[in-house]
Order: sequence, then structure tokens, then C-alpha cells
Amino acid sequence: MTNNRSWIPYLLILPSVAFLGLLFVVPLVQTIWLAMSDNGMPSLANAERMVNDINFARSVRNTFLLTIVVVPVQLCIALVMGTLVAKVGRGRETILWIWTIPLGISDLAAGLVWLSILQNTGYFNSALFGLGIIERQASWLSYQTPVALFLAIAIAEIWRGTAIVMVIIVAGLNQVPKEFREAAEIFGAGPWTRFWRITLPLIRPALQSALILRTVLAFEVFAVVYALGGRNFPVLVGEAYYWQNQNQNYGVAAAYAVLIMIISLAATLVYLKAIKVDPERLP
Amino acid sequence: MKRLMSFGILASTVLAFASPVLAQTVFVSTQLRPIEEATVVREELLQDVGKVDYVVEEPPQFAVRMEAERQAGKHTVSLVGALHGELSPLADKDQLEPLDDLATKLAAAGMPQSVLDLGKLGKSNQQYIPWMQATYVMAARKEALEYLPAGIDVNALTYDQLIAWGKKLQEETGQPQIGFPAGPKGLMARYFQGYFYPSFTGGVVRTFQNADAAAGWEKLKELWTYVNPNSTNYDFMQEPLAAGEVMVAWDHVARLKSAISASPDDYVVFPAPAGPKGRGYMPVIAGLAIPKGAPDAAGATKVIEHLTTPDVQLLTASRVGFFPTLNVQLPEDLDPGVALLAGAVTATQASKDALISLLPVGLGDKGGEFNKVYMDAFQRIVLQNEPITDVLKAQGATMTKLMTDTKAPCWAPDAKSDGPCPVE
Repeated sequence: MTNNRSWIPYLLILPSVAFLGLLFVVPLVQTIWLAMSDNGMPSLANAERMVNDINFARSVRNTFLLTIVVVPVQLCIALVMGTLVAKVGRGRETILWIWTIPLGISDLAAGLVWLSILQNTGYFNSALFGLGIIERQASWLSYQTPVALFLAIAIAEIWRGTAIVMVIIVAGLNQVPKEFREAAEIFGAGPWTRFWRITLPLIRPALQSALILRTVLAFEVFAVVYALGGRNFPVLVGEAYYWQNQNQNYGVAAAYAVLIMIISLAATLVYLKAIKVDPERLP
Repeated sequence: MKRLMSFGILASTVLAFASPVLAQTVFVSTQLRPIEEATVVREELLQDVGKVDYVVEEPPQFAVRMEAERQAGKHTVSLVGALHGELSPLADKDQLEPLDDLATKLAAAGMPQSVLDLGKLGKSNQQYIPWMQATYVMAARKEALEYLPAGIDVNALTYDQLIAWGKKLQEETGQPQIGFPAGPKGLMARYFQGYFYPSFTGGVVRTFQNADAAAGWEKLKELWTYVNPNSTNYDFMQEPLAAGEVMVAWDHVARLKSAISASPDDYVVFPAPAGPKGRGYMPVIAGLAIPKGAPDAAGATKVIEHLTTPDVQLLTASRVGFFPTLNVQLPEDLDPGVALLAGAVTATQASKDALISLLPVGLGDKGGEFNKVYMDAFQRIVLQNEPITDVLKAQGATMTKLMTDTKAPCWAPDAKSDGPCPVE
């Protein structure tokens, strides 16, 4: 009986495969061709142009730096938040709901919110002035204050992107059976041991998805950086945007897009290898 | 009942698809995009010319849309309004209808031939009709004049005097008070092409890396110590001026207008400074063109004729702050802010050392990369403090390649060239 119907699963996923094929694979191939050709001939001219551009090295460095700083911090905060909320009985839903508010705000809007706080005439300066710490407007987002600018962007990104990690972690924590923890408690394991030896290994699949999702998104960071730093803090997607829109050179823009895709795929592979998940625990 | 409903749905679907075809002339514009300005266009400027659908589009999307319509062969746009530099790639691909008849009529109606000729974009036929013009000026809050060193005439400023003024402003207010629109959407590249390079070197491309240019960059670095570092975030100088972040700014008149119109008594508007080779300035021209294959070319022609009548040109000036391309006198009862800006434009054109820098011609779709050469030089020399001669040499090589690729001949103030404009 089941053998006769072995085609049904394939039939059911056919629409989504066709949809992806049409709207993802075709443009992908076109983008790769756009990046790797020049006047209809295969060529590396665009890639060369990209690598030799003055902002290339800076944008690669900035993007990686931001990812390396932001993702671990977000993961730690999300783990703390998830563990905290697990102990809460009443009001749990309300707390989760409040924590996920940044998730519902668009990137650009989040950037603009932080801009209104950190710009010269923003709330942060007003507060410092009110407390008598500064005598006149200080600028935090200019090319002369790269550290402050980086911190501002990192904080805005952490604020905006932690909720998605937390949602995945909370879902993972919910799946850890109570019995393991109770058994460990009986054998005298303290809270730290329980966390390191039981909770963390058991939420590996959730950690893996959260890390992959968050890292790929971190490599694609753009709107927050654009709102806060403009061109003072070049990042990869930003450069792709400028080559496409300002310089109107679609080839170099496509080269950037392909580079971002390669980096994202590589990061995903690294996570898949580094955080091995027991196949039996896969959904 | 059910049948009636499905009939209703069918009818409304048919209507929805049919109605755009029925009536309107689609007019796509990259200019006058903000909602207040677009409303003025729809409700005042385009009154009594039949049904025109005025659609605004950001410049990059405009380029993509025109290219998409060309590739698909399915045209919806009958009339485009865009800047000289945005129309140039379309003319390059032979996408615009020749408009020689209209040009002849307008020449007779008093449009200066020099302005009309810009609309040829270096070709033998008229590619677009000049619609409105503007330029760049400097504006300052009146308080800043208190810090102007004695003996300096703000209407005949030189770079040395601007530096002295900036220095005094910084010393006495404690903050750098000069601002430039060097943000992601700012027009800083035009400052280099139309103001900085002509003023210091008397050229734009030919003189890109010569000794005069190096001396000019040295001066700019000196000036930049008195420029607000947030300048690399500024797109429209009217915002930092109105917010009090800077007191003195250079920008496009349309990007200063809202601050100045809001409180004309608080500002002075004056020409950009002069360098050793004169007072460079660059006119901005927006043009009207009809794409090849336009569904309603007759309607589009009518709109062009309407928008270039003296009355509508004057109305445009007083309502949105772009000046007429026709040779007409501005009325007395002009908006005071616009009148201030117009005064500075006249002062620029009339100043003894004025040096006009024309818009780039023949760069096709490489206009963006041309801007990038100047902005990269700026970033490296002024912001990253790299050695001037090395940077100019490297960027000069990029410029040479750009000119050879596009085969663009020199334009004023550079001396004419036979082949592509050389970097000397």
C-alpha cells in the first residue's frame, strides 16, 4: 500500500521546489553569470574590480568583525534569557512577547530608532548634557570616532537580532525532558553542571539552527549600518548596494552578491560540521 | 446571485486592466519626488493638459524601469522627466525620440540656444527638452556673519577666506560649523566636478592629477579641519542647517530650500568660493524626453509644450524652487526663500571670475563610476590622510580607463579634445 504511494511526498513538495527553482535558482544563475562575465564573455574583470576597490578590504573586515562580536554576544544573551524565562511561571507569555518586540520592527526602522538616540541632537547626547557630563553635542557616528560608531552599530544589531535567537533557544529548551534534570539533581549535580552537561548538549539542534540563521543574517547586515553609519562603516551588502545603485555597475554588484553567498554557505558548512547533531535527534 | 457576483468580479477585473490604457499619459519623473512637490505638479503644473499620470521614481529604479521596458518591448511610459546625467544613458542606447521640431519652436519662444544644445547630449538630434534648471550655492545662518573676519565680502568669497571664517567659527563656537553633503545620497561628487576642480585647476578631467590639483587638495584638507565630521552622513544640507548642527553649508538649491523658505530672515545665501583659477559653478538641468515606443507620444508632446510655457515655468520656480530654462523675468512676489536662492544664483553667474562647468556628456551609464573617481580620491586624501600625489596617480589611471572606455570627449571648462578626454 505505502509503496504504491511513494510518489505522494514528492508530489506534495513539487510546488515549493518549482517555486524555488523559478524564483531562486534562475536568478541565482543569472547573478553568477552577471558577476563572472564581461560583455557576454566569461571574465574575472568584475571580481578584480571588486577586490581592488578601496572599500573592499574595509567592508570584508567590518562585516567579519561585526559578525564575530555580535553573534556570540547574542547567543549568550539568548541563553540567559531562555534559562530565566524557563523558571518563570505566571506572566511567561507576556515576558516573551515583550522580548520579541524588536523582531517585529524592520531593520531600517530599528536603525532609525537608534539614530534618533545617538545622533548629535539625539536623546543620548541630551541625557549626557542634562547630567552635565558633556558641554556641547558630541558626535558618536562620524568617521573620526570609529570605535564609538562600531559599538553603536553592534549594540543596535544585538538589540535587533537577539530575539530571533532567543525564540529558537526557548523552543529547544522546551524539548529538554524534565526527567534528565531531576535525575541529575538526585545525583547531586549543581546548576552549572546541569547546564553544561545536560541542557547545552540536548539543545544542540536548536543551537545549530540559531547559529546558522543568525550568522547568515549577520553577514547580510545592511539597513542598520546604513542608517547609523552611512558610508563611514562599509559592509559587504552595503557595497553591493552602492555598486548597483550609485555606480550603476551591475557586474561588480553581482560579484559582491556572489561573494556574500559563498561566505554564508561556508559559514553554514562550518556550523554543520562543528556542532554535530545526532541524526536520531533530527526532526 | 452567484452569477451576478462573478459577473461583477469579471467586469471589475476587465476595468482594472483596461483603465490605464484608456486615458492617461504616463509621466515618470526622477525630479520633484517629495510628496509636497509631486502634489504641486499634479494639482497645479499639470492642470489643463488632459489626463496625465505623474509617477515619481528614484533615479536607480528609473534606470532599471526604462531598461526593463526596452528589453521587454512593452512600453507604458510616454514622457520622462530626469536630470541630464540620467537621460544620457538612455540617449546612449538610442532610446529617446528626436525632438527637433519642439526645439525649433522653443528656440523661437526664447529658450537660449546654449541651454537647448545641452539637450542634444553630444548627438546630432535633440534628445531632451530642458525643463528646469538649478545650481549649487552656499547658505549661512545670519549668526555666522558675526564671525566673518573683517574686510571679507561674503558674496566674493575665496577659499582662503572661507578657511579663515571656518577657523574663527570653530575657535569661537567650539564646534566646526561648515557642512558639506558628503553622505551616501549627498551631491558631494558634483562639488568636485563643478566647483573644486574648476576653481583650483581650470579643468575637470584633463587637470585631474596635475600640480594645481595637488595644491587644491592640500587646501581642501586645510578647510576640512573646520568642517563638521558628520558631513559624511549629510545628504541634504537643509536638515543640519535647520537643526543648528552647522552654520555654513554648500548644496543644491533644492536641497537648501526647505530650511531657507521656512525662515528666510535667518539666512544669507551666496556664491561658492573662488580658487586661483576662478569661481567654478555648475548648472543643473532637468529635461523632458519621450522614450521610443511611447504609447502616447502626442500627449507627451502636449505636456512638454505646456511645461515650457512662460507662465508654467514661473509657477514652477515659485512653487518648487527650480528656475526657468526659458529666458523670463522672475516675478516680484516670489517666495522669499526662493528669492534668496535666486539672488545667489544670479550673483554666481554675474561674478567677474565665474567659470562655468558643464554637465558631463558622453559618459553613458558610467556617470556613477565617474563620480566614484572623485569620491574615492576624497575619501583617501581627506578622510584617510593618504599621500596626495599617490592617490591622484592611482585615481587618474582609473579616470583614463573610464574616458577611453566611454570615448567621451572633453567638455567645458576642459579644452576640447579630438578623441577621449585625456588625463594629463
